[in-house]
Amino acid sequence: MKVLTLNFLTCAVKACKSSSDSFPLHPKDCELVSDELEVNSALLTNVLTRVDWKALTTTAAELGFPTLPATPPTPEELAGDEKMLKELHTLLMETQINEGKLVCGHCGHEYAVKEGIANFLLPNHLV
Amino acid sequence: MSRPEDTLPPDLHYNDTEARKYTTSSRIQNIQASMTNRALELLDLDTPSMILDIGCGSGLSGEILSSVDPSEGGPHIWVGMDISASMLDIALQRDVEGDLMLADIGQGVPFRAGSFDAAISISAIQWLCNAESSEVSSTGRLSRFFNGLYASLKRGGRAVCQFYPKNDLQRTMISGAAIKAGFGAGILEDDPGTKNAKLYLVLTVGGSANEGDSGDITGVVKGMEGVDVLDARRKHKEKGRKEMKKGSKAWINHKKAQMEAKGKVVKHSSKYTGRSRNIAF
Ligand SMILES: C[S@@+](CC[C@H](N)C(=O)[O-])C[C@H]1O[C@@H](n2cnc3c(N)ncnc32)[C@H](O)[C@@H]1O
Ligand SMILES: [Zn+2]
Repeated sequence: MKVLTLNFLTCAVKACKSSSDSFPLHPKDCELVSDELEVNSALLTNVLTRVDWKALTTTAAELGFPTLPATPPTPEELAGDEKMLKELHTLLMETQINEGKLVCGHCGHEYAVKEGIANFLLPNHLV
Repeated sequence: MSRPEDTLPPDLHYNDTEARKYTTSSRIQNIQASMTNRALELLDLDTPSMILDIGCGSGLSGEILSSVDPSEGGPHIWVGMDISASMLDIALQRDVEGDLMLADIGQGVPFRAGSFDAAISISAIQWLCNAESSEVSSTGRLSRFFNGLYASLKRGGRAVCQFYPKNDLQRTMISGAAIKAGFGAGILEDDPGTKNAKLYLVLTVGGSANEGDSGDITGVVKGMEGVDVLDARRKHKEKGRKEMKKGSKAWINHKKAQMEAKGKVVKHSSKYTGRSRNIAF
């Protein structure tokens, strides 16, 4: 699962819908892999407008990446900064959680990730 | 021929054997590809986008999303949800580019509001009409799915779901649930009346920048042949305005349902909802 996708995922438990602690999910005991992908700057610029930067900063720190700048680059800044583009591409698109768990900060539910696939099936009483 | 939907739940029907048979059949590959291309046409994306693939299976559609040419607004990235581990396993073996999740769409769509530019679903949502167990109704599963989908799309975003309803009742049940969740909805039927007939539920999340253009379903399907605009919102609103007095219990409940459909958290309704209160000093 890409770091980008993690930036959009929330806990699926009903009782967590209204809690701000249920996002972002926290990676635990994670094995990361990197998949080389071609840079798609139009795509990156498009999704960056919807990335939750604060959550991304948290995730990056939890995964052991260097600290992100305090604010996201504007589309203009991104267009003029090859290095920033490449680094964000590496973090958001190429870095993937292959094995491990994603933990909800509100209810503590752990979503297992196996071979990159997160398991979001819940027992009915939690939905 | 009996429908697999009537025989087994999807995760049991799509076991290892069936998942492999499904994915390697060139007849199925061709049909799924042509429906995916049709859905892409209806989504009308002009820039590389983030797409949710609902019931993505082994990634037959996803592969197409990943390979849309830049001259046609691609390539896109996608996240696929599917309830069958065997289908997802085949997707892994085929090394698809999208992210995969093992998830039941009848339990909801666990993404924060406005995550996706668009959503696509090919031959999957009719499965929601079959209740998994007696504890959960298919109405409940349909509404959790469409409410979740509505919230997870950005404003102005679209979803196109090709589906195989068993009969008119299922067709109405599915489109009705989408409208109830707040979508503008239209149905497009290709080759109607033939054995190749295909139904596409075309959904829009209102609020495009210019009123009356792409955010409005009538603009999307207008001028296409065989299109049935289902947008019940306008009718519904007018009716509602006449019948519901502002501040009345019916009005409050209606507003609450609207807010809930938008993914907002609303207070529980009770017998006290909308009652006039005695002011005590
Ligand atoms: C006919 S296959 C289509 C797969 C893929 N969309 C394609 O076009 O090749 C239907 C898929 O819907 C999935 N499905 C059925 N019910 C589902 C549910 N409740 N949640 C998620 N996926 C579901 C099945 O597991 C199966 O992979
Ligand atoms: Zn939770």
